[in-house]
Amino acid sequence: MIPSIDLGSWAEGAVDWLRTNAAPLFDGIGAALSWLVLGVTGVLEAPPIPVLIVVLALIAVVRRRWGLAVYAVLAFGLVAAMELWQETMESLALVLVATAAATVIGVPLGILAARSAVFSAVLRPILDFLQTTPAFVYLIPTVFFFGIGVVPGVVATLVFAVAPAVRFTELGIRQVDSGVREAADAYGASSWQRLREVELPLASATIMAGVNQVIMLALSMVVVAGLAGAGGLGSVVTSAVTQLDVAAGFEGGLAVVLVAIYLDRVTAAAPNKRRGFRSSPGSSQRTRRTDPSGTDAGESSGPANNLGEAGTSPTVRVE
Amino acid sequence: MTGGETGEDVVIEARRLGKVYGAGARRTVAVRDVDLTVHRGERHVLMGLSGSGKSTILRMLNRLIEPTSGQVSVLGRDIARLSSGELRDLRNRHIAMVFQGFGLLPHRSVRDNAAFGLRIRGVPRKEQRERADEALAAVGLEGRGDASVAELSGGMQQRVGLARALAAGADILLMDEPFSALDPLIRRDMQDLVVRLADGLGATVVFVSHDLNEAMRIGDTITLLHDGRVAQSGTALDFLLRPADDFVVRFTADVNRTVALRVGEIMTAGTTSGLAGAVPQEATLAEAVGHFRQASAAPLAVVDEGGRPVGMVSFADLVTALGGVAPAGDEGRAA
Repeated sequence: MIPSIDLGSWAEGAVDWLRTNAAPLFDGIGAALSWLVLGVTGVLEAPPIPVLIVVLALIAVVRRRWGLAVYAVLAFGLVAAMELWQETMESLALVLVATAAATVIGVPLGILAARSAVFSAVLRPILDFLQTTPAFVYLIPTVFFFGIGVVPGVVATLVFAVAPAVRFTELGIRQVDSGVREAADAYGASSWQRLREVELPLASATIMAGVNQVIMLALSMVVVAGLAGAGGLGSVVTSAVTQLDVAAGFEGGLAVVLVAIYLDRVTAAAPNKRRGFRSSPGSSQRTRRTDPSGTDAGESSGPANNLGEAGTSPTVRVE
Repeated sequence: MTGGETGEDVVIEARRLGKVYGAGARRTVAVRDVDLTVHRGERHVLMGLSGSGKSTILRMLNRLIEPTSGQVSVLGRDIARLSSGELRDLRNRHIAMVFQGFGLLPHRSVRDNAAFGLRIRGVPRKEQRERADEALAAVGLEGRGDASVAELSGGMQQRVGLARALAAGADILLMDEPFSALDPLIRRDMQDLVVRLADGLGATVVFVSHDLNEAMRIGDTITLLHDGRVAQSGTALDFLLRPADDFVVRFTADVNRTVALRVGEIMTAGTTSGLAGAVPQEATLAEAVGHFRQASAAPLAVVDEGGRPVGMVSFADLVTALGGVAPAGDEGRAA
């Protein structure tokens, strides 16, 4: 006979214990996150709609994406026309805050993982766990810790989306030409100087690809966050589901997709100035050899830059 | 070159240096019991085939690779005893390095790359800029400071690598096959540049190469490594005229002796009288051959720049030095 193990009630016990003993911590985190999301939402909703649409288009222009600028006008115009502007801005704020938090947490973890094989080995299954556990499962304790509202939405999104920030940072730093790293050591760089002068700049394209993935995952969590009462497009879709309202569901879903495409393209690798076009994803993630005599030593790290096209070792799923 | 005496002018001294990689069945001994003495201002070439341990030895001189055994002292300090801060300071101020793969920052300008060591040291920006520009001018990259490194050819990139070493103001230059990736013509220019710069600065150079011709152009002293051991250490002339063993003989077989050797190096020294001819001592053997009318001719006088006789050279001397067998009846030179 296999003895039955009641892991579930242990997990419940742990959650209870945390609720009783770490309540001030959760309250603090909750207050900070809710303040951030409200602030960002306020900023996004403050200007008249056409002004913000122009700003979003200008961001694309700065990134040298002319087509994307046109897309931004059409897509966000359509969002406004569907009368989902406020909900879309709420969701956008949630995604931006969750992405910023995931980056702030994920990049340092990725740096540590790149430096220590042991840390990397310990971290890997934890990231797998975070990324593959169905979101609803940790939505329950999150609601226990933070109550109903936007905060559990941000936290659940953060937990789900942090993995690619860690993984792409680790990958990017491990890929840095060992010759350049050695040169930094040979000239007496401390480990912090080596990180700042060599590793982060050379890994930045790959790290940005990770941030791009974080954003995509965060957007895919918008609907789930709606279940926790986060508002925004999530609540549009969830109420449409409960009321079997095909029209509202379609519009809410379409708004998520329109925002997703904009954010993906705007955070994907910038078009290469010299080549006039971004490098192909296939050649991008190859480990660089120590001989940079070719011109593609540092510039060809243009990462995968389409939805779901993460073609490299960090496993990423986009729902 | 200076002999075995120790003292003030010894800049790098390695004793019984050893390096073992891996353990158990995968254990490989890369370097065994290598002794090395490099004097101030010397250009010392570590030479050997790939896997001979030459690059490993070079990296043990600034502890980029930790020796398994033995001792290295640089500027009189045992580098194994330095704290990590002291080691970084030694590397930053005294030991610059140039790499085969250049090791430049592709996202930075030529000037920023040249200033790398100074930036690490925390030198004020203005001074960084001035010293980097000075160093760039010295390597022939005047006015190219704002260019992107990726725009430069391999030879130009390695000039930036050299400028980075110069700007740091180090008195020791470690060079790890810096020109192997370059075209032969460019390589020659770069070799001349290194000799010129090192002489001008009085810098001590340890240069790793697998190319004997390069070693002979650059090195005052050459240490030939074979399977992690020193096969022979000496001047270029020692290698050609007094090879230590068969390996050295085979290694030097391809050297073009007709241009590598000069008459002054193989002549029998001493003031001679009654000899015909006047072969300049700076003449290469190829040039010297032209002075002999026939193989059986009598020895000729060798003269210095001022035309004063300084020795004699026979045709048999030439043949022997070129690695041939002296014609019967002539006294051959003992190896």
